[in-house]
Amino acid sequence: MGKTLLDKVWDAHAVRELTSGQTQLFIGLHLVHEVTSPQAFAMLREAGLKMAFPERTIATVDHIIPTESQNRPLGDTQAEVMLSAIERNCREHGIRFFGPESGHQGIVHVIGPEMGLTRPGMTIACGDSHTSTHGAFGAVAFGIGTSQVRDVLASQCLAIERPRVRRIEVSGKRSRGVFAKDVTLHIIRRLGVKAGVGLAYEYAGPVFAEMSMEERMTVCNMSIEGGARLGYINPDATTIEYLRGREFVPSGEAFEQAAKTWLATASDADAIWHDTVQIDAAEIAPTITWGINPGQAIGVDEAIPSASEFAEDERAVVEDAYGYMGWSRGDRIAGTKIDVAFIGSCTNGRLSDLREAARVARRGRVAPGVKALVVPGSQAVARAAEAEGLDEIFRQAGFEWRLAGCSMCLAMNPDKLHGRQVCASSSNRNFKGRQGSPGGRTLLMSPAMVAAAALEGAVVDVRSLLAGEEG
Amino acid sequence: MSTESLIRVERIVGRPIPLPGNDIDTDRIIPARFMTAITFDGLGELSFRDARFDAEGGELAHPMNDPRYRAKGRRVAIVNKNFGCGSSREHAPQALHRWGIHALIGESFADIFFGNCVAMGIPCVTATTADIARLMQLVEQDPAHDLTIDLLARTASYLDQTLPIALSDGAAHQLLTGTWDATRLLLEAMPKIREVAARVT
Repeated sequence: MGKTLLDKVWDAHAVRELTSGQTQLFIGLHLVHEVTSPQAFAMLREAGLKMAFPERTIATVDHIIPTESQNRPLGDTQAEVMLSAIERNCREHGIRFFGPESGHQGIVHVIGPEMGLTRPGMTIACGDSHTSTHGAFGAVAFGIGTSQVRDVLASQCLAIERPRVRRIEVSGKRSRGVFAKDVTLHIIRRLGVKAGVGLAYEYAGPVFAEMSMEERMTVCNMSIEGGARLGYINPDATTIEYLRGREFVPSGEAFEQAAKTWLATASDADAIWHDTVQIDAAEIAPTITWGINPGQAIGVDEAIPSASEFAEDERAVVEDAYGYMGWSRGDRIAGTKIDVAFIGSCTNGRLSDLREAARVARRGRVAPGVKALVVPGSQAVARAAEAEGLDEIFRQAGFEWRLAGCSMCLAMNPDKLHGRQVCASSSNRNFKGRQGSPGGRTLLMSPAMVAAAALEGAVVDVRSLLAGEEG
Repeated sequence: MSTESLIRVERIVGRPIPLPGNDIDTDRIIPARFMTAITFDGLGELSFRDARFDAEGGELAHPMNDPRYRAKGRRVAIVNKNFGCGSSREHAPQALHRWGIHALIGESFADIFFGNCVAMGIPCVTATTADIARLMQLVEQDPAHDLTIDLLARTASYLDQTLPIALSDGAAHQLLTGTWDATRLLLEAMPKIREVAARVT
């Protein structure tokens, strides 16, 4: 009987089975940022413990970093305290830290892959739920809380239960204007936000096989929004070619050897999955959230669904969403006025995302009254985008070109919504208050759709803007 | 975290507080703007801040503002489906714990939230949809009694009602043996950890 990638990676990293039935799982790479780690370092200190494997932890600053000026001291005193704390903790424990002056700073889930720290067959943990992003490489990568960050700092291990694996096959071909973001929002819409509890999602089939690594990261990133703590895609030639030549990846013959090992971590054809879900790519349109969780999503050409279309015990959340978002019966999502457009985040802040958005942005100007931000996911993404002139395209169209960070995805920095503003956002969560204002409203969509909404001042089908353009 | 501090969690007794609703995310439990700090201090009063207060600080209708549930003391929360979804922030269970919540009983919990609670010694136990609905109703009618979560008997009791509860074997073992703070247990295997470290990237 064959094994899934999850089983292979899990078995290779199992230190022992605990009497609880859980696995003591070795974590190959631990990623740390400034928000969920200071309390863990304090716990370590209090217990009089040292780090077991400091060379296996990499740190950066992303959540609280301002995107207009990163000059020290930071404008917000509390943000400066947090940045100083992670610098101090990294110095004290001998952890490699990529701060604003390093040239490698950025969102932790953007910098890991781009430096080649994320590789197939690894176990990766981070005090951040979007650690699932790294699954794009065929890594077993998941978010943990602060007490578990302490466990990893101390022992490089976690006590954890093995998830079961659901295989999600998307067959057929995406139509033009349908991006990775639309695929993942569609999956969550279909399965719901709690379907993945206790599961790992394995994404398979032609649609994922054709995706670039950056697109795969977008998909795996959103696994947690479907309730799955981790999601992955089996490594293939696309994975190998992405990794070739990256800073932390071996070179020459060592790379070729590593590549063989990486490819062998893919799920066997005769592996046993917990279950399989099949989706036809033909049914996926540019998809937008209309509610207060990422499963409340529709195609851009649809009307806001009525409560009667949902299962009875979903209706309270649906009614809550109508009230919060301010919908009236029969409203359509297209034409919804926006106040803010945000392009960035660990979901969609990579070079290919910025390219797709720029392709739209160069066709016009940001509508009057709309504040439009482009926030590269890392300093490296910013440099690459600037080398192609994307920053100029955005500026000329009236977008603000910012410095790398999490920015308005969760608004733990000066980038926030105000009052009941509506934001077209390429981020991952449309929870109540997520973007910094208790009444702020978020419409999740692809970066190209955000750019289109910025120009139009309202939600619009990006396919109408791209019509006639060469692929 | 010394051996003297091994605390077995077998039975939690506290006044109930219903926190109804499916898919209550951790951003709602503790908004990110309250996380610009390097400790968890002061989070308790900020639990569900935006569901409890309007922009001017006026109180909204919320169980945590309800005189029947707001009195200080040890509490057991009753929740519905997928409680604690979204962000991995341990700030969420830390805030609830500091507010007074020592156990949760619900229809289901998000994976990361559940793990964070276990690591803090807070049981998140599940019961059927019908039992949770009945328990919430019972508490609404007559809230001034203790709700008991018994991990050994795998039951929850309120007034004359006793209902079966479920908890994964792993979490139950960690709580019942006092190894929910896993650090020492994990460190015991250091020679084996080094072996694995030597062979994996």
